[in-house]
Amino acid sequence: MKYYDKLIFELSKEGRCGYSLPDAWKGVELDLPEQLSRKSPAGLPEVSECEVVRHYTNLSQMNFGVDSGFYPLGSCTMKYNPKINEEIAAMPAFCSLHPLQPESSVQGALEVYWNMEKALSAITGMAAFSFNPCAGAHGELSGLMTMRRYHELRGDSARTKVIVPDSAHGTNPASAAVCGLEVVVVKSRPDGLVDVEDLKPLLGNDIAGIMMTNPNTLGLFEKEIKEIAALVHGCGGLLYYDGANMNPLLGVVRPGDMGFDIMHLNLHKTFSTPHGGGGPGSGPIGVAARLADCLPRPRVIREADGRFRIESEKDSSAGRVSAFMGNFGIILRAYSYILSLGRRNLLLAGKLATLNANYIKEELRDCYKLPIDSICKHEFVFDGLIDDGSRKDADGNETRPGATTLDVAKRLLDYGYHAPTIYFPLLFHQSIMIEPTETESKESIDAFIAVMKKIAAEAAEDPMLLKSAPHNTPVSRPDETTAARQPILRWEATQA
Amino acid sequence: MAAFSYFPHTPEDIRVMLDRIGVASLDALYADVPAEYVHDGNFELPEPKSEQEIREFFAALASKNLPLKIFAGAGACDHYSPSVAQYLCSRSEFSTAYTPYQAEISQGTLRYIFEFQSLICSLSGMDVANASMYDGPTAAAEAMFMALASTKKKTRFLLSETLLPNVREVVATYAHYHGVELGYIAHCGGQTSLDALKAELEKDDVAGVLLPSVNRFGIVEDFSGFAEAIHGQKALAVAYCDPSALAVVRTPGEWDFDIAVGDGQTLGIPLCFGGPYVGFMACRKDYVRKMPGRIVGQTLDHDGRRCFVLTLQAREQHIRREKATSNICSNQSLMALYVTIYLSLMGPEGMKEVNRLSSAGAHYLHDRLLESGLFEEVFDKPFLKEFVLRSKVPAARLQQVLLDAGFFAALETEEGLVSFCVTEKHGKEEIDALVNSLKEAEL
Repeated sequence: MKYYDKLIFELSKEGRCGYSLPDAWKGVELDLPEQLSRKSPAGLPEVSECEVVRHYTNLSQMNFGVDSGFYPLGSCTMKYNPKINEEIAAMPAFCSLHPLQPESSVQGALEVYWNMEKALSAITGMAAFSFNPCAGAHGELSGLMTMRRYHELRGDSARTKVIVPDSAHGTNPASAAVCGLEVVVVKSRPDGLVDVEDLKPLLGNDIAGIMMTNPNTLGLFEKEIKEIAALVHGCGGLLYYDGANMNPLLGVVRPGDMGFDIMHLNLHKTFSTPHGGGGPGSGPIGVAARLADCLPRPRVIREADGRFRIESEKDSSAGRVSAFMGNFGIILRAYSYILSLGRRNLLLAGKLATLNANYIKEELRDCYKLPIDSICKHEFVFDGLIDDGSRKDADGNETRPGATTLDVAKRLLDYGYHAPTIYFPLLFHQSIMIEPTETESKESIDAFIAVMKKIAAEAAEDPMLLKSAPHNTPVSRPDETTAARQPILRWEATQA
Repeated sequence: MAAFSYFPHTPEDIRVMLDRIGVASLDALYADVPAEYVHDGNFELPEPKSEQEIREFFAALASKNLPLKIFAGAGACDHYSPSVAQYLCSRSEFSTAYTPYQAEISQGTLRYIFEFQSLICSLSGMDVANASMYDGPTAAAEAMFMALASTKKKTRFLLSETLLPNVREVVATYAHYHGVELGYIAHCGGQTSLDALKAELEKDDVAGVLLPSVNRFGIVEDFSGFAEAIHGQKALAVAYCDPSALAVVRTPGEWDFDIAVGDGQTLGIPLCFGGPYVGFMACRKDYVRKMPGRIVGQTLDHDGRRCFVLTLQAREQHIRREKATSNICSNQSLMALYVTIYLSLMGPEGMKEVNRLSSAGAHYLHDRLLESGLFEEVFDKPFLKEFVLRSKVPAARLQQVLLDAGFFAALETEEGLVSFCVTEKHGKEEIDALVNSLKEAEL
């Protein structure tokens, strides 16, 4: 990666253009009253096509993607993004469809929704799906709306609280708050699992449900899920499954079989669609049969004659949650992935992801603190270095500061890796959350392990080497404090 | 076990790795899962398809769609998509990257988001913009929450009846569960009524008002006196915009509004049956700390080089959890890149030209349709690329005749009018063909 310092505005020169439009409607001027017309010019750059291509190619070369190298970012499931899926999503017969076209003209597109609903239902044990949410957090919110609608239809309006474990993704409590629910936190036990004894007194007729991630954010399977499901259902609440961690369960365990009533999937995690630098994703939500009528609308249904139709409205529905029917282009990619895997390979995806994670954990536990020692699923969490290199004098005063988790992460960048997720979950102070996914080879993982061991040795020897890292990247240790205190959030002509 | 192209493990690899872990089999990695939950593997799924079979399968599905010439809008317009935009967005350094948490190896993503924010500010006349939202309607719903958070003790949010139905519906869904009361403002002759707005504002409980810059009838709304009325009650004025039109119409900033939201689809994003598109949000700087979503800021690195980072993160869910301004995490980053590249290519002149061509075509179609004798004028108000007429024949019949001739047009509005949308992709010949198909149908 080399440093490139331009912004597109700084390449602009009056009179240049990068567009090619038809030479039509000559002599016809835009007819808009002065009162309704823009007064100041739109500050857009004037650049040629070649300059645009070079600029964004240069920018891309300061970026690291899954195609660039290993991306062990916990909770994000950065698996390989197959290229055939991109080809399918780019087919003009799909890309050119208007979202409001008559049903008769989009039967192929509607069949994609229908088939995906069947496939995801088979994989998760849910009865019905809505594809309208555009991302995981949007799925959480839409799922909670579906939960509230279900209670509302039963006249059970006192259920205004939702239980969220202290290890949950930050989106869980945030989604609950947007949905108008009060968050009640249930603690984790020292072994990292939800504390069932802490849960019991929280249950009552004011509980709408519980949001669970299983395996949880420590990568541990919540073994007591049967008891938890019975307890929550027993008080009249529902179980919500955060599907961000679905990958290790692919082909092994179905959330529906564990008693979950509502769930979302991140198609951009478990089903291999590209993360796009932060979207577009897709967060379809699945529900048990008794909640199907509460799913958001519009929704694709199949008539008795086999034709597909869009059901736009339904009184029992949670409502409309997005502009149309979600990110269709992403759904297409995920469908292509599922068909490529097929039943046979689906059975292996989760297991190989789990194999990779446990292998790394075993190889690195002598250098990094393993706070909870048990078989993990797709990911696991270290709590910093065993020897961070810090030294103290006889009085206990620190004579040399040690390397932190942030320093380890930054040093990894020097060796050509993306860093793991750090400082999450919040249960530990120095969390390093590693998720390798099933698409990494043993060789790739062995190389990563060797680098992690080397970094641990470097820390013990000379922590400053880590504290001053990264050394080999286009920029190093941006000043985030100044960025937040004196925000510069847009380009201005004067700053160039 | 047959090898599969996405899984690199050989049987030998698996054996060695299992030995290192100290378990006997892959299944033993799930020993902590109660046996009753382990599936027997008989999923109702087809066996794997080869790449060639995938191509054939989707070609067969695609053939069940009907290619049509699109003369409809209603929140998704068939503008021209430059080849460079898709080409550059396909670069895997952009598309296969995650959210730019590690700034040192994400300067590409961070820079284009900073450019996107700058472009959205320029178009909307606002001070700051975020890194993108899911789509226009959800951006509108988030603007409602911003208005409520910025105006303590106010409980109601107003929507113009000239907003697209899907915008009103999504806002209504979010409002319902969050416990926000909505009010609706009637229109008068296709333009949101200032008198009706003032009457609603008198109750002194309004946090904000959402108004479309170009409305669902295609009319460019005149907001003279609106901001004064809204600010007079200490409420926030929010504009729902078509960003393409913002290159020529008076901006939310110039109308003295506080927040601008909308959907970036009109900036050359392919229709793609409704998504992925990209929502945007911009506001005056006073409200930046109430904004949802990612925001990128400029700073210096420890060697003094200009660089970019995610900033003001104390607003966000991963820090604040239930006290965050929003739950949004992933947004539509790659589509923000698409829009950034599109606007860079088009520049100020290209954007004016897109609007001129679209509007010229729309006015030509409008006049030919009236001449055909099958339609009547409803509103005599300024429009750009989209307009509505009253049809003398039922809308369903009209749509079918057009469909048979290969056109998607004449979308029916909730009051039974029909709408048309023309872009720079449609030339005079194509428009004439559409009108002729109606004439020949003997309606």
